[in-house]
Amino acid sequence: MVEQTTTGLNHRKMLMWLFLGSDCLFFGSFIATYLIYRGESLVGPFPEDVFSIPVTTVSTFVLLMSSMSMVLAYSAINRGNMRAFRVWLLSTCLLGATFLGFQTFEFYEFANHEKTVECQPGSQVPECVAGANEYKEDYGLTPQTNLFGTTFFTLTGFHGAHVTVGVIWLLSITGYSFIGGRKAQRVLTDKQALSVDLAALYWHFVDIVWIVIFAVVYLIGVGVT
Amino acid sequence: MVDSPGHREGAHPTAATYIKVAFTLAALTAIEFAVFYLDMPNPVLITVFLLLSLVKFALVILFYMHLKFDSRLFSGVFIGGLVLAVAVSVALMAIFQARWTNNRSCAHPHSACDGR
Repeated sequence: MVEQTTTGLNHRKMLMWLFLGSDCLFFGSFIATYLIYRGESLVGPFPEDVFSIPVTTVSTFVLLMSSMSMVLAYSAINRGNMRAFRVWLLSTCLLGATFLGFQTFEFYEFANHEKTVECQPGSQVPECVAGANEYKEDYGLTPQTNLFGTTFFTLTGFHGAHVTVGVIWLLSITGYSFIGGRKAQRVLTDKQALSVDLAALYWHFVDIVWIVIFAVVYLIGVGVT
Repeated sequence: MVDSPGHREGAHPTAATYIKVAFTLAALTAIEFAVFYLDMPNPVLITVFLLLSLVKFALVILFYMHLKFDSRLFSGVFIGGLVLAVAVSVALMAIFQARWTNNRSCAHPHSACDGR
């Protein structure tokens, strides 16, 4: 659709693309900082101690599928199919919330991580005194633990905050589609469903940032020694 | 209405195309997961992971974000930011690498740094 603007493009959409372009710098700096301090932590835990690649692969899959449901919601509203639009948009919210659930689980597991230590002769640790061969020691990762914790939680925490904003945005559009009546249908389908398109662009951006984080922080972070 | 030279908005893909892209994204993620458990040299692993994530990245921005079908100006604005982000990241890493290399060589007892 050609707009009556100097560029012939919608200003709101242009602003969203400008924001996404600038957000690349935001996340780029965090990823660079993570890579700069990679391997510089003096104390553990280290990435290979806490990361669970199978769990993160599943959460990555969930976020990728949320992008598919988002684009199907956009496709449905463009065809004027409000029912399908609501179903796909709610699915996107649900998948986004599931991803956040995975991230919360991961953060909790990292913070409460333990390592097994063998009992040495003469050890005064209660478990060893009681005759055990080994005992569990706190080996949790928090932002204060080491450079890995600081850079990892800052990067993935800000990404999680972006996902949270996206879920709230999509939920508000879903709610509006239910309570807004005919006006909502008109507003949401206006200008090739621009309101939905903007939210979708933001959502897909969150997805592509995670694609990079998954490869650079998780796969390369643990797989490359 | 104003005509725009950079405007190339055509019909967006069908739902079937979106689902095909989703299957491709899922398959590429599965390949990444499988490669992670293969015993390969580090340079090969890094190249494979970066290439796979680049393909996934491109699929999402081209099809899901419609950059393949929207105005080139949108692509320019976004790719401009992306290129700048990569350049800043590479520059930051190079600066820190050089500084640390210098610090470590100066820490050597027979270095010629003269307390610098």
